[in-house]
Amino acid sequence: MATRPRLSWLPRIAGGVYPDPPLGYNPRGREIEPTERRQSTMSGLFLFEQGLNGLQFGLMLFLLAAGLTLVFGIMDMINLAHGSLYMLGAYLTASIAEASGSFLIAVPIALVATALIGMALELAVLRKLYARDHMSQVLATFAIILIANDAVRMIWGAQPVSLNTPAALSGPIDLFPGMSYSAYRLTIIVVGLIVAALLYLLVTRTRTGMLVRAGASNREMATAMGVNIKLLFTCVFGFGAALCALAGAMLGPILAVQVGMGEDILILAFVVIVIGGIGSIRGALVGALLVGVVDTMGRTFLPMILRAIFSPVVASNAGPALASILIYVLMAAVLFWRPQGLFPARG
Amino acid sequence: MSKSVLEVRGLCKRFGGLVATDQVDLAVHSGEVHALIGPNGAGKTTLVHQLSGTLPPDSGDILFKGQVVTRMSAHARALRGLVRSYQITSIFRSHSVIDNIVLAVQARSGSSFRYWRPVSAERALYTEATSILERIGLQDKAATRAAILAHGEQRQLELGLALATKPSMLLLDEPMAGMGPEESERLIPLIASLRGELSILLIEHDMGAVFRLADRISVLVSGRVIATGVPDQIRANPDVRRAYLGDDMPGQVIA
Amino acid sequence: MPRILPWVALALAIAFPLVAEQFDLGFYVSFASRVMIYAIAATSLNLILGYGGMVSFGHAAFFGAGAYTVAIAMTYGLDSAWLAWPLAMLVAAAVALLIGALSLRTRGVYFIMITLAFAQMMFYVFIGLKAYGGEEGLNLPHRSVIGFGLNLKDDASFYYVVLALLVGTLVLLQRLVNARFGRVLQAIRENESRMETIGYATYRYKLCAFVIAGTVCGLAGALIANQTRYVNPNLMHWVISGDMMIMIILGGLAYRYGGLLGAIVMLVLDEAISPYTTYSKFVIGFVLLAVVLFAPRGLAALFDRKTATQPAKAVP
Repeated sequence: MATRPRLSWLPRIAGGVYPDPPLGYNPRGREIEPTERRQSTMSGLFLFEQGLNGLQFGLMLFLLAAGLTLVFGIMDMINLAHGSLYMLGAYLTASIAEASGSFLIAVPIALVATALIGMALELAVLRKLYARDHMSQVLATFAIILIANDAVRMIWGAQPVSLNTPAALSGPIDLFPGMSYSAYRLTIIVVGLIVAALLYLLVTRTRTGMLVRAGASNREMATAMGVNIKLLFTCVFGFGAALCALAGAMLGPILAVQVGMGEDILILAFVVIVIGGIGSIRGALVGALLVGVVDTMGRTFLPMILRAIFSPVVASNAGPALASILIYVLMAAVLFWRPQGLFPARG
Repeated sequence: MSKSVLEVRGLCKRFGGLVATDQVDLAVHSGEVHALIGPNGAGKTTLVHQLSGTLPPDSGDILFKGQVVTRMSAHARALRGLVRSYQITSIFRSHSVIDNIVLAVQARSGSSFRYWRPVSAERALYTEATSILERIGLQDKAATRAAILAHGEQRQLELGLALATKPSMLLLDEPMAGMGPEESERLIPLIASLRGELSILLIEHDMGAVFRLADRISVLVSGRVIATGVPDQIRANPDVRRAYLGDDMPGQVIA
Repeated sequence: MPRILPWVALALAIAFPLVAEQFDLGFYVSFASRVMIYAIAATSLNLILGYGGMVSFGHAAFFGAGAYTVAIAMTYGLDSAWLAWPLAMLVAAAVALLIGALSLRTRGVYFIMITLAFAQMMFYVFIGLKAYGGEEGLNLPHRSVIGFGLNLKDDASFYYVVLALLVGTLVLLQRLVNARFGRVLQAIRENESRMETIGYATYRYKLCAFVIAGTVCGLAGALIANQTRYVNPNLMHWVISGDMMIMIILGGLAYRYGGLLGAIVMLVLDEAISPYTTYSKFVIGFVLLAVVLFAPRGLAALFDRKTATQPAKAVP
């Protein structure tokens, strides 16, 4: 007779950090907003709409990948806790939005708060890891994930919190006659494009950006140029954290704000960076858009195509599985032909 | 030239706008010590990287024993007998000196996909490694961890690793780098003793050593071979003198 | 560690179920089996991570592949351990060959991200595979059948089988790292480019080690499926890969008993904390952070000064 009957250890080991996958699970998290689920024919409009969704998701992925790729490139440091900052940004936005009643007020405050937390994290822990081997970096930042996830659970509880779409943007708008699209998603696209453009200008046109790029491709050179590398690192890290928070805040109303959301998207950001090339902002943008569009299109159209060619049974059995591996196949293909990614930053 | 063991034809390598290797033609005869000299930044180490297979050239060909090896991997070249040493010491620092050499001996003595029998039981590997240690003068340090050897001894081990692979041709990238005069004096006879036994491409800054050891010399300037010849020809070559102006001049050392 | 200690530990391990029966502690026999299964998985990871210096973050893929192979084979009526377990190892080996062949073309940060991504891909594939339970997973009607009068339904019998396989794994690791292959592997960890230039095709050795580790981890997966009589995609979740890594850093990188020690510490710690708080990972997180920052050579270093040095940072 077992003294302490515990049926299974495993789900706890497995699900300790991570809640059991919810129904209709996909790697971006759970879609709350019931959008674009029309099983219409494969019309041009539908294709266009899915393209926009892909663009929208890709741009948000870019926000995550941009900060991550710079940290990888400049500091040769792998940071798994990047997703935790994204999660934190989403939770903070949700809380502040609820307290203040305004999404618009919540976003900038959450951004600044997450940036500060990110910088504090860099100063307290990550800084000690730059000179260490990758194994230590992986484990230490993994430890931060464990801590952050449980901390969030302590503060906000284990259930997902809701972050509502701002009222002004909750409806659809007409893009052109016969084509309406979620105003909120459109806002995400616009914000994403603006941030991507600003980031590109910042990195390619300003002195700070030049230093960052110099650091990403050649650390010794940056040091030799007399750059205060430590300060630069902390700032880049805080900046990356703010980008994370922005992505978390913007995606919050569409995806579930829940523990574990950071890790799902983190892995996608990794795929983006592997495709784009470590340390390259341009690579991150191209990679993010590729992953966003391929993933969105695959999830929508692959089951449809399978249904058309094989039987509905095959489609519903294999469709989701196949669709979820598309981006990894893409990554494998890039790796096979260009192991350094599409836009390698290092020579 | 059939007596050339290594032949380089029109080798080119660029890094962005910088031409590191510019149409290099080079032939190393069988059994000779061929020195490659040139000012800092002339592209000597870049050339060694390409010859040893750690860096792919952009164009041109490398022939070793008459066979094109331009696209061959570094390990395949090493097994064919084309082996390099490093300017910046590259040894197995946490291993003992003898285990360093055993690794190199093991590389060419049968498959290493063996999973059960301990290496320590393979007497033959250790016997052979010991004879290599005697040759490079480190027999007293066999059990010492490589990391705590003196710099000069580490350089000896560096050369020993290359020698232990039983090469037919050695690419020695500044074997005396960072060595004091006394330490160099130990290494020069060792390299001299290899003459005839195998071919050597010697890259070295110590002009005294170069002119004592080399049968022929090639001069590399800005990625180009500007002259090749016996030491006296090189010493008299006006182009070489011009290239070396302000650097240590080969002629002065000897004069 | 004195030479006698492993033998004492083995004797205690053999006696344990007999004693546990006496004191009505059957739960702990099952618990010990689970610890040993994780020890096998962690030991296999130690081969590539500790000895080989490959920071693979996708080891759970092989664990899950092994577990699912046994479960799926059973749904087709294949319930002999003599067939299903080797099959699980074979499938895990094939998965390792595929993932390894691609990811070993890269190094450093890339390698970590890619192994992680491919393992996560497996996770999503099995969530999408509705035919095999999707996210619900599969229940095994019973444990594998081993014959020879042994019935794995009995927790003590299962315990002894797992113990034997753990001892086998440790002996294999011990032989392997001292044989030619293991020497080459450790030298690659230390200085890969020099290994290339003295004539080793390092990629092949790394891939081979990767496949061996995957195969052994597949066996651990087959065992865990039997232990819980249940498989689901969470077995392949990257948190499991992370847990295995934590075990090794706790137990000791490139240390023969690192995987075993780490599995014991990690699971016992979790078991000890969990009655008091639902936030056991919070505690483990801080312990891990402290170990990484202040005792990077793991707990084994406290017992044995001879543990190998940390793998050097891979040069990108």
